[in-house]
Amino acid sequence: MESSTGKIPARRESSRIRDGIRVALPLAIPTLLLGVAFGVLAKPVMGSLPPVVMSVLVFSGAAQFAALSILAAGGAALSAIAAGLLMNSRWLAMGFAVGPSLPGGRLARAARGQAIVDASFALSSRGDGSFDPGLLVGATVPQVMSWIAGTVVGVLAGSSIGDPEAIGLNAVFPAFYLALLAGELERHEAGRQRRLARLGAVGGAAITISLMPLAPTGVPVIAAAAVALIGLRQP
Amino acid sequence: VTAAWLTIAVLFFATAAFKSAGPIALGGRELSGAAAGVIRLVAPALLAALVVYETLTGDTGGVEPDARLAGLAVAAVGVLRRLPLIATVALAAAAAAAAHALA
Repeated sequence: MESSTGKIPARRESSRIRDGIRVALPLAIPTLLLGVAFGVLAKPVMGSLPPVVMSVLVFSGAAQFAALSILAAGGAALSAIAAGLLMNSRWLAMGFAVGPSLPGGRLARAARGQAIVDASFALSSRGDGSFDPGLLVGATVPQVMSWIAGTVVGVLAGSSIGDPEAIGLNAVFPAFYLALLAGELERHEAGRQRRLARLGAVGGAAITISLMPLAPTGVPVIAAAAVALIGLRQP
Repeated sequence: VTAAWLTIAVLFFATAAFKSAGPIALGGRELSGAAAGVIRLVAPALLAALVVYETLTGDTGGVEPDARLAGLAVAAVGVLRRLPLIATVALAAAAAAAAHALA
């Protein structure tokens, strides 16, 4: 396993990117379906082109749905932006977690940081505080492609798909994150480290559920990152 | 529609900035024990937060429990049984669809 610093040979890196694409492939279909749901729901609110451009540029299911629900309810752009920003603020925390593992100069690291999304972050985590930079990039590829393709299909198909809740699309994200969480916990070294990781998960869930009735969209999620500070306690 | 384009433009630039801040500030470092201890827990805490949030969030915030809870319960069984991810997600969607139809 390469160290978190120093140059990684090009051949090795490209094979890690391929590994990332492979491990993230099972996410392609759920992501495609969510993209379809987004396209279907966004078209009557935004028109045809904006939802597709949004999926290409913003590439964030949670933020796009949050912003869309506000625009759909007749809310102002400012409120939609605030909801999307708060939702995506978790990627600021993830960026600081991933940062030390990224090689290269500032520009290269900033570019690679664009591959940070929930799934690529979770899949590239080695469970010891470091992240695999090749996996991070590779794991994002199937998701970007299926998210954009799904949005296009949703916009074109329009409401013919029907109510996304009727086919259970609203349960896709929860199930998806639960599976990623289970995989993440398994990568933590058995014993003290895994107990701490479980404690972090329970604490994060507890903070989120207690803030949800009070705090604006997105805040309950980013606040959960504060639980990671229990890791400051050394054995 | 203008509101949509404005939302898209701001979210694009801000999201890119969020994602680059950490990598620009802290690239290529060996972590001290304490820093690694904290970073190690960011993924479990945020993923658990996302499970709770995506299961319970209402259309405009707050808590609105619905058929997603049935989906999550079935997903938990799928994870414990070590089903492939795609099967876990499909079963969860089917359970939520069934619960939605019954509700």
